[in-house]
Amino acid sequence: MPVRIQTEDFEAGREIANLRRDNAAVGAIASFIGVVRELNDGAKVAGMTLEHYPGMTEKSIAGIIEQAKERWNIHDALVVHRVGELKPLDQIVLVAVTGAHRGEAFSACEFIMDYLKTHAPFWKKEQTPGGSRWVEARESDDVAVQRWQSKA
Amino acid sequence: MITILYFASLRENLGRGAEQIALPTGTCDLKSLRALLRVRGAAWGQAMADGSRVRAAVNQDLAGDDAAIKDGDEIAFFPPVTGG
Repeated sequence: MPVRIQTEDFEAGREIANLRRDNAAVGAIASFIGVVRELNDGAKVAGMTLEHYPGMTEKSIAGIIEQAKERWNIHDALVVHRVGELKPLDQIVLVAVTGAHRGEAFSACEFIMDYLKTHAPFWKKEQTPGGSRWVEARESDDVAVQRWQSKA
Repeated sequence: MITILYFASLRENLGRGAEQIALPTGTCDLKSLRALLRVRGAAWGQAMADGSRVRAAVNQDLAGDDAAIKDGDEIAFFPPVTGG
């Protein structure tokens, strides 16, 4: 299963080992891990709750991986995303891509992450000293995803 | 009947996460569904206003105003996403 949504933590090394197991055609693995930062928009973050839309989230990310596979010559991709209660230092998301060469693996990994940030239905609610607040979508994330629409 | 789901800040502002309603005419599109919900009160008027930042999905695919809705569909409304 290339997409997993879970409350439990993940171990990137083990996930990557599984992804490339017994595939000697793989020459490159690119990965990204997003983690909970202690500061956001000028406030100290004590923790956050990650909500998602079960069903649509998996479908949406699977679609993003399919697009990446059509666009670049990659072997496989994996996305693990946590939901529920998270604290600073906790891991949130893992994206890993295997391919023959690094260029396509790097690009596909960044593409998947940029689309996930702007299209996959997840929402963060942060606990700060001033109370709880829903995280606002960032314009910089929209700009990041638009780059892929203009690139050949 | 259609199922409507609400997520994140929208769920809190509207005071519900899910409901089932009968489509008055049997079929319609997202724009007319939003117009139907808008009259429920101030929070609804704001969330369902034309040009609102609230996103929508029909049967778990992101959808625009002209997306058709039919009996049995699952519709979702939610704020811009913030995962990753």
